[in-house]
Amino acid sequence: MTSDTVIKAENLDLTFQTNDGPVHALKDVSLDIKKGDFVSFIGPSGCGKTTFLRCMADLEQPTGGKITVNGVTPHEARQSRAYGYVFQHAGLYPWRTIGRNVRLPLEIMGYPKAEQDERIKRVLELVDLEGFEKKFPWQLSGGMQQRASIARALAFDADILLMDEPFGALDEIVRDHLNEQLLKLWAKTQKTICFVTHSIPEAVYLSTKIVVMSPRPGRISDVIDCPLPAERPLDIRDTQEFLDVAHRVREGLRAGHSYD
Amino acid sequence: MTKTLLPVLTVLFGILVIWFLAVAPMNIRVTLDQAARAGGDVVPTGAVERRETSTLSLLLNNRSYIAGGYDLDRPRLPTPTQVGQELWKTTGAMVLKGRTWSKRSLIYHGWITLQSTFWGFLLGTTVGILGAVLVVKSRVLEMSLVPWAIISQAVPIVALAPMIIVLSSQAGIDGRGFPKALISSYLCFFPVMVGMIKGLRSPSGEQLDLLKTYSASGTQQFLKLRVPASLPYLFTSLKIGVAAALVGAIVGELPTGAISGLGARILIGDQFGTPLAIWAALFAAAILAGVLVTLLDRTQHVLLRKMGMRT
Repeated sequence: MTSDTVIKAENLDLTFQTNDGPVHALKDVSLDIKKGDFVSFIGPSGCGKTTFLRCMADLEQPTGGKITVNGVTPHEARQSRAYGYVFQHAGLYPWRTIGRNVRLPLEIMGYPKAEQDERIKRVLELVDLEGFEKKFPWQLSGGMQQRASIARALAFDADILLMDEPFGALDEIVRDHLNEQLLKLWAKTQKTICFVTHSIPEAVYLSTKIVVMSPRPGRISDVIDCPLPAERPLDIRDTQEFLDVAHRVREGLRAGHSYD
Repeated sequence: MTKTLLPVLTVLFGILVIWFLAVAPMNIRVTLDQAARAGGDVVPTGAVERRETSTLSLLLNNRSYIAGGYDLDRPRLPTPTQVGQELWKTTGAMVLKGRTWSKRSLIYHGWITLQSTFWGFLLGTTVGILGAVLVVKSRVLEMSLVPWAIISQAVPIVALAPMIIVLSSQAGIDGRGFPKALISSYLCFFPVMVGMIKGLRSPSGEQLDLLKTYSASGTQQFLKLRVPASLPYLFTSLKIGVAAALVGAIVGELPTGAISGLGARILIGDQFGTPLAIWAALFAAAILAGVLVTLLDRTQHVLLRKMGMRT
């Protein structure tokens, strides 16, 4: 293992026992994620992409194989607060203002009050929500709420960001805008990002590495390095290079589906 | 507010009309008995025959006496006006005469019942919330406590109330205050407990997972997520709970030989054959319940608004 490997999975298995017999959510999954990578996980429902992310976060326990986060077990990584997690739904507490929602992890982790204030200010600026600190979640649009939840994940010093279809419930225009912002954020913060998505253009546009997964059993069918430059304006999606990568991803998805 | 006023008033009007119409058939027999005794011309004349005649034909054959049913001293069913007058006589008129705390005043009796309700509500709410916390915290306690809580509500409170009185006096507790509060809390704790269990469990899996990713402690999860999430549920159950506590306090006054309190007024009215007193006490209880529930509703509105939640 090289020193800049952040997440390393070796022959990871996860089998859920259900009433209809065992379900192989993950089978023989091996992957290396390097520091500063932006890795997208793409595949149809049931391919295990979310489960894989949840294994990294210690929210699911693999039944076989080995996974390390920052060189330690996911459990130890979670206890040392090594990652921020963004869920599909913003999940802001309705009884807290945006500022106090971002404060939540800081309160729990016991940051001093003055530092909490300073961090809230900084991350809200980072996601373009300055001035919304005193607003309640219902006063914000869905896209703004999701940005607030990203700010909440950025508020403490985790250098890994795990994002589970964070923009899945948003319309395409808002999604484009947030994708652009996310790339800027990634460039600014140098974090390692794992990003689960259903959308091929989203995966190609954002990633340095695209992991194509397929279901029954959930497994990795292709890992595609995305050669697009670091600087990516939205119209890069019309270039031949972009379309070539998207085509490869689509081919990978199709190959995965040929099993059923 | 004005939006709900019209439907509420419409229903109220409907009830009053049905009530008013029901007075004639309900009171016709008493009216005819009295008229016959006073030598009036009643069809049929014999009391035994009248008993075997249907209410409808009594009404049709004695139309001139129907009006009398609306002005009896001891009616089977008093008119809304009679109840209103009795209610005023025992409340507002007493205040005007400076006899607010007289033993004949429903304000005095209402106050007695309200005190029991208050202590019962306090005790019941505390037990209910504590029970819910324990049940949510521990699977073992859930399996051992919840069935008993459900069984407790299957026992008729009127059967239990005398025993609580006897046992508490045996335990050397003077006065009826404590047993009454206990009976009242017995009815009150259950809705609070059920509502709080639901409320404390209301956070979604995603919300709980989020705290897990912060590696938050159990106490933090409880205080920062479960408790605030349960507040809307708490208020809904408090409103049911306070009405139940009032019913409990009244029931606690029935079989205990109490001489003050709305329950005692109902019992005494029954024993002395003064239906107006019963009806007035019933309405006083209903009004009291309405006031208590409204107070809680306003508190809920203000508090949740302050917490930024839309109500």
